[in-house]
Amino acid sequence: MRNMATIWKRFCRHRLAEACLVILLVLGTMAILAPLIAPYSPTAPDMKAMNKPPSAAHILGTDKIGRDMYSRVLYGMRVSLMVGALATVISTAVGVALGLVAGYFGGWADRLIMSFTDMVMSFPYILLVLVAAAIFQPGLWTIILILGLVNWPGVCRLVRGNVLSLRETNFIRSDVTAGMPRRFILLSEILPNTLAPVLVYGTSVFALSILDEAALSFLGQGVQPPMASLGNLLGAAQSLSTLTGKPWLWLPAGVVVIVLVVCINLVGDALRDAMDPRNSQ
Amino acid sequence: MLKYILKKVLLALPVLIGITMIDFALMSLAGSPIDMMTGPRMSQEAIALRAAEWGLDQPVWKQYLGWMGDVLQGNLGYSYESYEPVTKIIGEKLGPTLLLMSASLVVGLLIAIPAGVYSAIHRYRKRDYAVVTASFLSSSIPSFFLALILVYIFHVKLGWLPSSGMTTPNTGGGMLDVLRHMVMPVLVLAVSISGSNIRYVRSAVLEILEMDYVRTATAKGLGKRLVVGRHAWRNALLPIVTVIGMQVPMLFGGAVIVEQVFSWPGLGLETFSAITSRDYPVVMGVCLLSAVVVLAANLLTDIIYALVDPTIRYD
Repeated sequence: MRNMATIWKRFCRHRLAEACLVILLVLGTMAILAPLIAPYSPTAPDMKAMNKPPSAAHILGTDKIGRDMYSRVLYGMRVSLMVGALATVISTAVGVALGLVAGYFGGWADRLIMSFTDMVMSFPYILLVLVAAAIFQPGLWTIILILGLVNWPGVCRLVRGNVLSLRETNFIRSDVTAGMPRRFILLSEILPNTLAPVLVYGTSVFALSILDEAALSFLGQGVQPPMASLGNLLGAAQSLSTLTGKPWLWLPAGVVVIVLVVCINLVGDALRDAMDPRNSQ
Repeated sequence: MLKYILKKVLLALPVLIGITMIDFALMSLAGSPIDMMTGPRMSQEAIALRAAEWGLDQPVWKQYLGWMGDVLQGNLGYSYESYEPVTKIIGEKLGPTLLLMSASLVVGLLIAIPAGVYSAIHRYRKRDYAVVTASFLSSSIPSFFLALILVYIFHVKLGWLPSSGMTTPNTGGGMLDVLRHMVMPVLVLAVSISGSNIRYVRSAVLEILEMDYVRTATAKGLGKRLVVGRHAWRNALLPIVTVIGMQVPMLFGGAVIVEQVFSWPGLGLETFSAITSRDYPVVMGVCLLSAVVVLAANLLTDIIYALVDPTIRYD
């Protein structure tokens, strides 16, 4: 990996990405601190304030049983970010492990892993997720596991390709010649050298997971109410009267999803650019 | 060439069989669809009879082999819900979905290719950044959210376009009516297709622009228009062909959500209701079909690639 300071300096040349990083940090902090900064409980109904448009007391209004929408969006963001982050961690871990094995050992292990990867990749992804979500009780942990276990093939291919080319480099060859143990070569020599592209790829998996969670929860197959997620908040807009008459119920959640995903993607893109050794202007 | 195609087909077959096995295993984990219909009004004998009729009392591997045997004879089984043959259900719903998918693919690529080429030619200028940022934006909008906003604007506020279905009920339908119903679903799918592809086309063209033959073309004094239009663009087509192949699984998935939002009477809508009602023969049929379509698209991509690119050897 290249020098961290250089990467940071080159990352900062992308002003837009820098702004996105700040936005992400702010939103992330708000999500983590949601229990402290939310003015109301996200699930407690208030019969005296139902269906209220935004006001001083409820800055994003209230829903049909009087829950404060600002608090619900905060908690929803927290849930969506958590689903995205954990699903990314799972799929990256699975992908890296399988990719390392396939690339380094080759032979039948490689063939087996790659045909399994092909299978998962040629499956229309949302179909697999929907079937799995319908089968195992939909809920927070189900959706995290499903997204995590479906998203790894890309990482796996990426790591395998990197390992294949690293295996031919002189420093790995000299390790082999020097009789270094396999574990050392794999974990201390090859792994750190594939980390940069995996990190960049991870950002797009993160963004995709957030979108998929939203889509699934929107269809009622993801995070279940009363727990709020950005997707099931948007699901409220499926009723025409909400869509037309109460935009405060769905517009903020939609804007937050878009902002999160756009920012993650732009940061990932700038990171890719900053780490690309071919860009040396 | 024939040998190459044959080899690719033979390689795809185990993948296809593997996919059906995964599907079947997933569904057997879910438990029996009989559970869904048990109630006080159904006796134990009736349940056992129904299970035996559908073969659900057999071990999973036997069920799978039976299903596979039927499939090889062209029989995908019968729906648990409507008792109609699955082939008939799929046949009816496939048309609208294909119409939606192909129209979206064409519109999406018509946006993505010119935008990507434009962006590559103006690399690192303001115009390039604008196009790239727009492409990030369009691939970051959840398709259902975009659908809702479009419905809000064009159906609720302006009243220009119908918000659901494929034809207006109680009218003859007709081309124009279907077209009007198509506008919003196609737009939603096309936006998400073009979003990811603009960047792909851009980097494909950028790579070509750094080639020696492009430099030669520039050096011998050809204008930008000729260099890009005659030399770079044709070579960039090659990687673009692969992208089209990669869109198919994505389109299929996108169709499920878009058809749901717009009540488009296609395969996606049918699949979603089959999944929620545990109508396994229908779900298996759709999974099989989509796997075949995806693998066929991959195969076609490989073949076109081999035909166009002289550096790929067939054997």
